[in-house]
Amino acid sequence: MSEDRLQFRTAATVRELAQRLARVADRPMAVMHVCGSHEQAIARFGLRATFPENLDVIMGPGCPVCVTDLPEVDEAVVLAKQGVHIASFGDMLRVPGTVQSLTDTQSDGAQIHVVYSPHQAVELAREMPDEQVVFFASGFETTAVATAAVIVDDNLPPNFSILSAHKYIPPVMEIVAEMPQTRVEGFLAAGHAATITGWGIFEEFVERHKLPVVVAGFEPADILAGLVELATLVRDRTPRVVNTFPRCVTREGNLPAQRELWRVFRTIGGQWRGIAHVPNGNLRIRDEWSHVDARKRFDIDLQSLWDYAPPRLAADCICGDIMSGIASPNDCKLFKNACTTDAPVGACMVSTEGTCRIWQQYGGGRPSLVIPSRADGAESPATGGELS
Amino acid sequence: MCLGVPGRVVSIEGNLALVDFWGVRRSVRLDIVDEPVAIGDYILNHVGHAIRRIPAESIEETLAMYEELMAGDENDPMTADVAGEIAGAAK
Repeated sequence: MSEDRLQFRTAATVRELAQRLARVADRPMAVMHVCGSHEQAIARFGLRATFPENLDVIMGPGCPVCVTDLPEVDEAVVLAKQGVHIASFGDMLRVPGTVQSLTDTQSDGAQIHVVYSPHQAVELAREMPDEQVVFFASGFETTAVATAAVIVDDNLPPNFSILSAHKYIPPVMEIVAEMPQTRVEGFLAAGHAATITGWGIFEEFVERHKLPVVVAGFEPADILAGLVELATLVRDRTPRVVNTFPRCVTREGNLPAQRELWRVFRTIGGQWRGIAHVPNGNLRIRDEWSHVDARKRFDIDLQSLWDYAPPRLAADCICGDIMSGIASPNDCKLFKNACTTDAPVGACMVSTEGTCRIWQQYGGGRPSLVIPSRADGAESPATGGELS
Repeated sequence: MCLGVPGRVVSIEGNLALVDFWGVRRSVRLDIVDEPVAIGDYILNHVGHAIRRIPAESIEETLAMYEELMAGDENDPMTADVAGEIAGAAK
């Protein structure tokens, strides 16, 4: 592997960006990103150790599994108990509903299948034509586009339908911006989601809230460069949209993908777990595709589930506050005690994109360490030491 | 899950591409990709669909980052997500 090839995250590049970031963040400021992959990269590459004391980089509601609301999990649980085969992404299975997770229903004989794509759920339905197969669909717009493409294009088997828990990110940024207790002064938007939506979608938000939005990629240097830009906009009080990921993201975005997305889905308001009711935050299947909408095909009786057993969600879980940027995992008394990756209590510990899981896995927060100095190039002693 | 995974297009039939991910060959759907895709191009796969064609000038650094990610163990969330994206393409 050539030196050039790795230049995007050589120690020198990252160190220089970190130093620029320290100069720009000349007063305490908090910014939020809304992407589990950003948090993973920040934690994995030890970037938080390079952030200046003044800059708080908060992970917002960027984990689709984590914001899936209890009754949405309950709908899948009810269907599973009715004998319907449920196919879903692996992260979704252990997320507690009001009464049970999908994994819990398996011990009662329910048929639960892990799939890695909507298309695999369709294949599953083809393999068992005498059974009903429901794809319990989670994910933000990037993933919803794939679900839409399957609905539109596949010659779908009649025993296949979809329970959509898809979520749409832009409206929840409005909610966080309007929270009275919020400290967030700017947003780092996720590069690959913006690949679909385009960066132009954030212009109205910036206009309305006078908060800057910077689109950033996922390589360590991409993230730091995005933060330098964002902190500069915050410092100078010049709210606008800046795209620091132009090799992937255009103003208009991926138009064919947007066409499929909005042909199949419409937005409705709904609760995001632990956060708030988010107007236009949920993606639901339009009426013209109701033949594949599990909510139309089946009578999903949530009340009978709720009568069947008392709620058992831990009252102490503060996932919602963490995703709103009000608390960090270290503020939660369950974190790494009663709630671990092996025995998760909240959704943030279940998903590989959840803040708590990422922090337990890599070590989170701001490690007390000294940034390697320019001269010695010593490796960081904490969180992987991958800066060098 | 936001990351997707890059691969090289080996052949194309209709809106299905056979894509090579570090030696693993899988089918990826081309119905929502942003630009026309040709054999030899690199695409970013997300849950079985190409969501963009990777510009030629950023292929090298993109691959380098993913190679770094894939060197993690199975408990590494990013490694798991990348493996999941490869599994998301059809066999």
